[in-house]
Amino acid sequence: MGKYIRRRLLHALPTIFIPLVLVFFLLRLAPGDPAVQILGDNATPEQIAALRTQLGLDQPLPIQFLLWLKGLFTLQLGDSLFFHKPVLELIPAYAAVTLQLTFFALVIAMVIGLSAGIAASLLRGKILDRGIIGVMVFSISLPEFWLALVLIFVFAVTLRWFPVAGYVSFDEGVWASLATLVLPALAIGVRQAALLTRMTRSAMLDVLDEPYVTTARAQGLPEATVIGRYTLRTAAVPVVTVIGLSVSYLLSGAVAIELIFSLPGMGKLLVDAVSRRDYPVVEGSVLTIAVTLVVVNLIVDLVYAWLDPRIRLK
Amino acid sequence: MTNISQTNPVLDVKNLAVTLTIYGRPVPVVTNVSFQVRAGEAVALVGESGCGKTMTARAIIGLPPDGARVGGSIQLEGRELTTLSKKDRRKLGGSRIGFIFQEPMTSLHPTLTVGAQLCDTLRTHLDLGRKEARDRAAQLLDRVGIPRATAMLDSYIHQLSGGMRQRVMIALAVSCKPALIIADEPTTALDVTIQAQVLDLLKEMRSELGLAMLYITHDLEVVSDFCDRAVVMYAGDIVEEGPVASILTAPHHHYTRGLIGAIPAHDEDRKRLTLIKGQVPPLGAWPAGCRFAPRCPRADEVCLKHPALEPFEESAVRCWHPVELKKKETSTLG
Repeated sequence: MGKYIRRRLLHALPTIFIPLVLVFFLLRLAPGDPAVQILGDNATPEQIAALRTQLGLDQPLPIQFLLWLKGLFTLQLGDSLFFHKPVLELIPAYAAVTLQLTFFALVIAMVIGLSAGIAASLLRGKILDRGIIGVMVFSISLPEFWLALVLIFVFAVTLRWFPVAGYVSFDEGVWASLATLVLPALAIGVRQAALLTRMTRSAMLDVLDEPYVTTARAQGLPEATVIGRYTLRTAAVPVVTVIGLSVSYLLSGAVAIELIFSLPGMGKLLVDAVSRRDYPVVEGSVLTIAVTLVVVNLIVDLVYAWLDPRIRLK
Repeated sequence: MTNISQTNPVLDVKNLAVTLTIYGRPVPVVTNVSFQVRAGEAVALVGESGCGKTMTARAIIGLPPDGARVGGSIQLEGRELTTLSKKDRRKLGGSRIGFIFQEPMTSLHPTLTVGAQLCDTLRTHLDLGRKEARDRAAQLLDRVGIPRATAMLDSYIHQLSGGMRQRVMIALAVSCKPALIIADEPTTALDVTIQAQVLDLLKEMRSELGLAMLYITHDLEVVSDFCDRAVVMYAGDIVEEGPVASILTAPHHHYTRGLIGAIPAHDEDRKRLTLIKGQVPPLGAWPAGCRFAPRCPRADEVCLKHPALEPFEESAVRCWHPVELKKKETSTLG
C-alpha cells in the first residue's frame, strides 16, 4: 500500500508542474503589462520602466523563468502586484470560501445523486425510474449561470429566504455564513447531482446483472445484503471516479457562480488577477488548484484501492 | 419437512412452464416439464444451449429472469415452492438448495474475500457467531480440498486457479448442508484434468451428504460416469427420460440419437461424426407439432401433432416413432 501511494505521488508531480509552466508562459505571451495596469493610464514611460525593473519584468524571459522556478521550489511565490501582500498569505482566505462552496455542492450532489441513482436502478423501467431519468436529463441541460439567476430570483428576491449575493464568513455567524452558500451550492450542485445519478444508476445496473449478484441471491442472502454489500461495493468504483471529477470541476470550475454571487473564492481571485495582470497571484492560484486536484485524485485512488483489492495487490 | 421417507423425491417438478415476455409478447421457453430427483440420486438435464435447461434451473431456485412467468408445481422435500412468499423462497436458497454456477470467476464476488462470502451464507442460515462462522468456513475449504484453508479465507477469487475457484463455489453451495444441489455446467469452464477432480469432489459430496443432485450439461459423456438418470430437453420440452446407461446405449428419441452421434467415440472406428441437420428453432418459432420434426429423419404427417411423453421400454420418450431397441437399424441420421 505504501508503494502504491508513493507511485501515485510520483505521478502527481508532472500534473502540478506542467500547468504551472504553461501558465507562466501564457501569461507573459499575452498582451498587457502589469506595470501599466498598476500605474494607470497617466503614468509616464519612465515610471513604467522603473516599475518594470522593480518587478523584474525587464529581464529576458528565460531568466524570469529560472527565477520563477527557484521561487517555486523554495515556495517564494512573491507578492501580489495589486494587493502588495505575499501570495501565500492572500490565498488561504479565498481558498476557504471555494472549499466551503465545493463541500456543500458536493454534499448536495452526493445525497441526491447516490439516492436517486440507487433508487432508479432498483426500480429499473418503473415509473419512478423514468421520472428520475427525466428530471436528470432536464437538470443536466440547465446552464449553471441561468439556474443561479433563477434561484436568486425565486429564493432571494421573491421569497427572501437567502441573501441575493455576498459572503459572510464563519466567524460572523455560522447560520448567516451557511445562508450565503446555499444558493450557489445548489446552482452548481444540481448538475453534478444529475451526472452522479446517471453514473450511479448505470453502474448499479451493470453490477446487478453480474453473475455474483445472482449467486448471492441464490445463496439466500437478504436483499439488503445483496444490494448493500455485494452490489454497491463494486458499483462504487466508477461512481467514485465521477465524484472525483465533480470535485475537480467544483474546485476549478465554479468561477461563473462565484462571480454571480460575489463570493470571494478562488475563481473570483483568479479572474480578477488575470485581468489585473497580477502574475504572482495567478501563478499562486493555479498552484493551489493544481495541488488540490492532485490531492483529490490521490484520495480517489486510495478509495479505489480500498474498494478493489485487485488494484491494491497488483 | 419431517418424516420424509427414502422414496419421497427431494425435488418434484410437475408441469413446469416458463414464459418470457419478449417485446411485450409472451414467449414460452419451457413447457410441461416434469421430473423428480431423489436423495443420493444425480439426474442429468441434457440439451443444447437454448433448450430451456438453465431456465428450468432458474425457475427451481426462484430466480427466473425479469418478467418471466413460471407455472406448474415445484416441490422441495414435500413443500410447494411456487406458492411461497418471495422472502420464504429466498431463505431456501443456500440452506436447502445449493447452486453451483458454470463460471466461478464471475459467479463469486471479485472484491470480497472467499472467507467473507462463505461466512455471509453461513451466518444467514445458521445461528453462528463471527468466529464460529470463520472456523466453519475454514473446515469447508479444507473439506473441498483447498490447501492451507485458514489462510485461503483471506484470499480473493482472482488469486485462485480455476479448479480452486470451482472448489470454493462447491464449498459455498454445500456450506449449510442442503438437500438439493443444482449444478449448471460446473466443469465446462475447466481444463479436462481439473474437470475430473471437480467431478470426483462432487461425487464425494453427494454420497457424504446424501445430496440429491440436478446436473445440467450439454455433454452426455460427463453424464455417463456421474449421473443415474438423464432428462433430455429439446426446445423447452422433455423429449426423453430414463436411466443414463440405457439412454446412452439405446436412445429412443431421434434427437437423443443425434446428440450421442455428435460425440466423438473412441471405441468405434467411425470416420465421421453424425450431425443433426438444421438448427434449434428460435424462441417463439417452435413448430406446433413435434418440435424436433423439421430436423428429424423419421418425421411424417403424424408428427404435425405434438406427441406426449410416453413410457417406452425402460425410459419415457416424446416421439411418434421411437427407435426400438430390438430393431437395431443402422444410422438413419446424417
